[in-house]
Amino acid sequence: MVQERQTYGLIRRKGAWSWLDVRGRRLGAWAFALNRLTGLGLVLYLVIHLLVLSLLTQGESRWNDFIALAKSPAFLFLDVVLFFGLLFHGLNGIRVALVGMGLGVERHKTLFWVLMTIGAVLLLLSAWKVFSSPAT
Amino acid sequence: MAEQTVQFKVFRYKQGERPSYQTYTVRVDPRTTVLRALEQIRQEQDGTLAFRHSCFHASCGTCGMKVNGQEVLACVTNVLELGTPVVVVEPLDNAPLITDLVVDMGDFYARYQPAGMPMIRESEFLPDSQVPEGVEHHMRLENCIECGLCLSACPVAGSDPLYLGPAALAAAWRMVEEPRGRDPATVLAWVDHEHGCWRCHAAFECSEVCPSNVDPAGAIMALRRELTRRKIGQLFGRR
Repeated sequence: MVQERQTYGLIRRKGAWSWLDVRGRRLGAWAFALNRLTGLGLVLYLVIHLLVLSLLTQGESRWNDFIALAKSPAFLFLDVVLFFGLLFHGLNGIRVALVGMGLGVERHKTLFWVLMTIGAVLLLLSAWKVFSSPAT
Repeated sequence: MAEQTVQFKVFRYKQGERPSYQTYTVRVDPRTTVLRALEQIRQEQDGTLAFRHSCFHASCGTCGMKVNGQEVLACVTNVLELGTPVVVVEPLDNAPLITDLVVDMGDFYARYQPAGMPMIRESEFLPDSQVPEGVEHHMRLENCIECGLCLSACPVAGSDPLYLGPAALAAAWRMVEEPRGRDPATVLAWVDHEHGCWRCHAAFECSEVCPSNVDPAGAIMALRRELTRRKIGQLFGRR
């Protein structure tokens, strides 16, 4: 006999906030949250990038003004933030893809730290390159 | 550690009313568990406090709840070892709330049925021991105690109500891993969709909170590996 089940009004479900609520959580949840954040950040960057490129249609002086702004230290720091997003999302994505295919599941934390170490080295090199390249 | 006074900030909810938190002061000793403290509250301070429990030793899985934001079995969670002067006690997330700390586990249990997981399995722990007369094999209960901690801790279950969830997927993998005469293809078809094993994003929080070492995340990845293997095989004309 199929019993009619009572339905209840309240479910403590956090929605998208559950992706980012890492209070008391461990490495995998932090990586998951940061992957979501950097993913959203990269999408936002792409939109901004296209908007910036549209300045080309508004004449040489508008573009040159932007290039001058892009060479400021604050803007260069944003480039480093962009590199962080790219590196984290890409390298953690490799971990998720490998683990998702059943490879390295038991060692997913080690895999994370190895990839993040590679990422940190690449980020430092990127930052050095960004800030040391002569302004042209 | 001698007896101490600890405050318990407990989630309260009665149907038709707004959820709230109520604080109780409880004397605890070094052996007091959260479940014992809740019983003490109910017996001595507030008989309306509702929570679920049965075995008191982490076998039944009924006292799953969130303590200081962590999914735990209240029966084996020592209060003083938490190390906080205020202990926040809440019901599990991602399941319909009935009252106070009690959630409706009906949907959670129902998701085990398509996986077809029997309760007992052949024991892998006694390979060399002599089997008593009249007994065919050493058998043991499946690891999963159906407590629901994994579903509550899963960030994906928090945003996708249709997600099958870690426990059901782990049960499905057990069936595929040890079919016991059944056809694993049925179970694999059941998990092979956007709200099935492919929805998991490898946060591994389910395996972290599992009190029974089921490793649901590992099982989900094993399901994916098996499905990938079969799909690649199909590309080359193999079944």
